[in-house]
Amino acid sequence: MEITQLSIEAARSAVQERKTTALALAEGHYAQIQKEDGQIGAFLTLCKERALEQADRIDRMAAEGKPLPPLGGVPVAIKDVMSTRGVRTTAGSKILDKFIPPYDCTAVARLEAAGAVVLGKTNCDEFAMGSSNENSAFHPVRNPRDVSRVPGGSSGGSAAAVAADMAVIALGSDTGGSIRQPASFCGVVGLMPTYGRVSRYGLIAFASSLDHIGPLAKTVTDAAIVLQTIAGRDPMDATSADMAVPNYVAELEKPVRGLKLGVAKEYFGDGLDDEVRHAVELAIDKLKGQGCEVVPVSLPHTGYAIPTYYLIATAEASSNLARYDGVRYSYRAGGVKSLSEMYRRSRDEGFGAEVKRRIMLGTYALSAGYYDAYYLKAQKVRTLITRDFEEAFRKVDAIVTPTSPTAAFRLGEKSSDPLAMYLADIYTVTADLAGIPGISIPCGRTREKLPIGLQILGKHFDESTILRVAHAYERAAQAGS
Amino acid sequence: MKVTEKDVAYVADLANLELSGEERAGMLRDLNSILDYVERLNELDTTKVEPMAQVSDRYGVSQSQQGSERFAYASREDVIEGLRKSLPQEAALANAPDADGTFFRVPKVIER
Repeated sequence: MEITQLSIEAARSAVQERKTTALALAEGHYAQIQKEDGQIGAFLTLCKERALEQADRIDRMAAEGKPLPPLGGVPVAIKDVMSTRGVRTTAGSKILDKFIPPYDCTAVARLEAAGAVVLGKTNCDEFAMGSSNENSAFHPVRNPRDVSRVPGGSSGGSAAAVAADMAVIALGSDTGGSIRQPASFCGVVGLMPTYGRVSRYGLIAFASSLDHIGPLAKTVTDAAIVLQTIAGRDPMDATSADMAVPNYVAELEKPVRGLKLGVAKEYFGDGLDDEVRHAVELAIDKLKGQGCEVVPVSLPHTGYAIPTYYLIATAEASSNLARYDGVRYSYRAGGVKSLSEMYRRSRDEGFGAEVKRRIMLGTYALSAGYYDAYYLKAQKVRTLITRDFEEAFRKVDAIVTPTSPTAAFRLGEKSSDPLAMYLADIYTVTADLAGIPGISIPCGRTREKLPIGLQILGKHFDESTILRVAHAYERAAQAGS
Repeated sequence: MKVTEKDVAYVADLANLELSGEERAGMLRDLNSILDYVERLNELDTTKVEPMAQVSDRYGVSQSQQGSERFAYASREDVIEGLRKSLPQEAALANAPDADGTFFRVPKVIER
């Protein structure tokens, strides 16, 4: 048994049946981190004491013959935008370099209550703003499949940790594609649930109408188990929906025969790499082979999604990030003489270039005289983009697209051109704007052996269907059929 | 050029950023390039389109509910410590760069 390559259920049952211990699983993953992470850079903080305490609790349960909860003893990693009580949480920013949260993010608390062992906090673009993980204030992350390439972003550390067997699963956050795009680049599964499906209590806010928490995993089943664990109403987050949570794992086994899959030409246009196009077309054929019906749909406002997203996300960010003022918990510049100088110098020294750029753009878009032209306009186009999906989902059960127009690019390749970087999210931002769920699963590799991702988008609160389609594809791909 | 140096200074002021001369020059270039790109939104006629501020009031609640009724599930009685106790003072001050045990401390606000 290779203990860093187990699925959630294999790990849990191995601990339950005393074939291994939660302690050995944790130590095995820490050894893998020790071995690999010097090169990859996926982790910012390890919390060994907390992990070993939890592992011990699980091992005692197993020794007493008590049934273990669904993630009993499973080593997990948490993106460093989620608060962890007593464990440093930086959001990849210097301004939170020393921040020790006094409480746990609900999603993290739910994972731990289900028996998960939190190994540590993963690197990310500063405040989740980026598509390559190069905007981390600490160090970039390298793609475990090819270390000259980026892992994607902003949940690059979480994707890399899972891809390099440094954690069984990880939590990430997705505001414009930040779970699905790195999942695609690193060759793992990444699920963004419906807006409101998972509580964001304890998530460091970037853009509140767009932020989602979701899993990165090695298999679709593992992603479903994690969603099951973290989904559902939380009174601490007023935007978490009051909707029953289905049994996602049981739903995976339902047949996909007869499901209608939409294919939109807007996701296969200029800028899509040929190898990615080819792999995604083959994947769609494979789903047809499983009995799915492919139906052309039109999402005519897709081309307006990136400008819409960058106005709304930056406007919300400029407001959310106003709290970092050097007073209550963030970095404070030294040698300042007045309150106003303290605010400015603390923010100047604490924030990185991309964060400042977005605060500036967002502040501009909200400022008197420009609000209607930019922010309000973008909100109206958001309605149009959402209506496109509502229209399409009258005809189909899910929509299949590439996750990203290219495979992983090289470090430094796009870092000097903000606009080129923004376009890496062109196929993912639409789902964030509409609030619909999306999953990215591996669908082959380029000639250079870089992973390619297939994205499956679903109706609001219908994660079951996209998980089911993803599971059917995964199984067919493994069987080589 | 939509954004001028003066605009950059004004917006930096609103955002409580100082920005070095070099940063301001970079901002001027980047903001103009991004705003040029977002200009394409004006190709769309949105005069009769409602703005969408968020998703929560659109899905996951009964269609028969209107306005603030759609958020009724999220409301609670307005009572002290309605969901959980407030953070103890010590915990609330623990991350402050400067505190005296009772208050956050900041540089002098009023000059005289």
